[in-house]
Amino acid sequence: MLIWPGFELRVALRFLREGRMQTLLIIVGVAAGVAVIAYISALISGLQSNTLAKTLGAQAHITLRAPDDLVTPAALPVAGAGRLTETQPRAQRLRSVANWQALVPLLEGLPAVAGVSPMVSGAGLALRGEASQAIALMGVDLDRYDRVVGLRSKVISGIARLAPGEAIVGRELAADLGVRVGDRLTVQTGSVSGTVTDSVRVTALVDLGVKDLNRRTVIVPLRAAQSLLALPGGASQLDLTLKDVWVAQTLARELQGQFPYKIESWQETNAQLVSALNAQSISTAIIRGVVLAVVVLGIASVLVVSVVQKGREIGILRAMGATRGQVLRVFLVQGAVVGALGSALGLLLAVALIWVFTHFVRGSDGLPLFSIALAPATALQVALIASACGVLAAVAPARRAAALDPAQAIRM
Amino acid sequence: MTSAPQELIALDAVRKSYNQGKPSEAEVLHGISLQVRRGEFIALMGPSGSGKSTLLNILGLLERMTSGSYRLDGEVVQGLDDAALTLCRRRTLGFVFQFHHLLPAFSALENVTLPALMAEGRVSAVQRERARSLLAAVGLAQAMDKRPGELSGGMQQRVAIARALVMDPPLVLADEPTGNLDTASSAEVFALLRRIHAERGTSFVVVTHDPRLAARCDRLVELIDGRIARDEAIAAGVEPAPGALAV
Repeated sequence: MLIWPGFELRVALRFLREGRMQTLLIIVGVAAGVAVIAYISALISGLQSNTLAKTLGAQAHITLRAPDDLVTPAALPVAGAGRLTETQPRAQRLRSVANWQALVPLLEGLPAVAGVSPMVSGAGLALRGEASQAIALMGVDLDRYDRVVGLRSKVISGIARLAPGEAIVGRELAADLGVRVGDRLTVQTGSVSGTVTDSVRVTALVDLGVKDLNRRTVIVPLRAAQSLLALPGGASQLDLTLKDVWVAQTLARELQGQFPYKIESWQETNAQLVSALNAQSISTAIIRGVVLAVVVLGIASVLVVSVVQKGREIGILRAMGATRGQVLRVFLVQGAVVGALGSALGLLLAVALIWVFTHFVRGSDGLPLFSIALAPATALQVALIASACGVLAAVAPARRAAALDPAQAIRM
Repeated sequence: MTSAPQELIALDAVRKSYNQGKPSEAEVLHGISLQVRRGEFIALMGPSGSGKSTLLNILGLLERMTSGSYRLDGEVVQGLDDAALTLCRRRTLGFVFQFHHLLPAFSALENVTLPALMAEGRVSAVQRERARSLLAAVGLAQAMDKRPGELSGGMQQRVAIARALVMDPPLVLADEPTGNLDTASSAEVFALLRRIHAERGTSFVVVTHDPRLAARCDRLVELIDGRIARDEAIAAGVEPAPGALAV
């Protein structure tokens, strides 16, 4: 027989109102727990997306290179015979990704891929007057490269442009060499066959977010790098940027199965960062779990006491015709109400904490550290979980109340 | 009422033991047989420990008997499960306890409408009106919105009586309804029960220690050591005129 639980709601709310101080304390307790969970979630997700944005902002999600040169054994082993070998690994030459011009449109056609940028990169020197600095030379097509790392947004002076004979350099390198936008510098590369030099004009200075990168980066047109690094018509790597950074590993594995190249996702390149993020996520989950457990225990202990206090009233209700189910639901509703009210209050508290964080916590440069916000989906999820925990916490006390023997309860 | 059987309660050889199967097992009711017809007003008397409360709890379906049979309002109740017993209790019985036992968080009117709320999940206008008129009938027209804590003992007991009657049960069980009241309130409450009996034909089984009150019932059942020692009609229930009721 399904009837509107008007009785349960009414009695549950009245019981809660009657236990004023007790109810208030537990709601505040739940609110504190919910606030901690929501705040930690927002903080960690803000921190992680900030770290990711900083890390991935200057690098590709997937990099595709020519396979490494391997030493192949001269003779096949004879079956059953033991063999002792000592192989000197080969020095890796700079090699082009075979057939890369055909590969670019193919990769661009993949639904997960947002952009593909060919690059020739190698080591060199930047010279100006007496100064010389070791550099990482990168030859790119500016528009394509911009799509991968958002280079134009990292320009701090000048205008990003890569016509023949032009270059974009890192901020620290420019300072070390004493060049400003519009100045010229000489780029030199060398190999056993001799050195190659080229003179370029600086069109823009960029800040890639990492000082070490800023001290070494010189970006030139693809063609210029091809001739400087003796790789005419070649590309030493293809950089891919994806619509969703988290599919990088899967996609990299898939591509590895299809093409004979060396394909790495950003997760493999930044294995330490990924494990740090994972450790952080796990710690967050543990904290959330422990706080939830504390919330559940708090609600349960208050309701257990309430069942004892209300024993006689429960007995009267049963004598008046309340079913065991109704008594059970009276206490489950109390758990749900405490959980829901505590959640609402806790979310408000979390929003306040986040506001305090974004307005008052500053980095050494006086700017906010990073932005954190409570996503509505997270807020809803936390609130639902906390309310569900309220009901869960009420199960044991409610069962106890429902199991009370009415004749005994009335005599209490 | 004409179609309903005249017999309301039929107990046959009812026994009740506590701590069954343990060394401390004790039988408190030794084969009670009792018939109550509709409209009877019965006093249940006996010294402490004679089993009155146990018998009342069994009649009220709050405790299960160990053996014997019980037919309440035509329905065999031994063997029913808890849910069925609860529904049967809801339909057939009203309770009035010694210590009023109102819910302190609810007003007098809300206490009286609780049985309707628990039966249907809401209180209809008709039921609310009925609760109001019952409270008015027990002399509490001015105190409907007061909490039990704001009412005197006698007033609380009258609220409890109104609550017992709100679903119009054929039987009201009262466990020393005046035991906790002073003599004046006690007489008032008892007179109220008699008046309701006279007006509505509701049957009453009233546990009491007070021989003067018992003398105003229609039938006296006396329990001693778990056995019925006396079961007799009382010649003339002394009923005060309705005007004597301070309502």
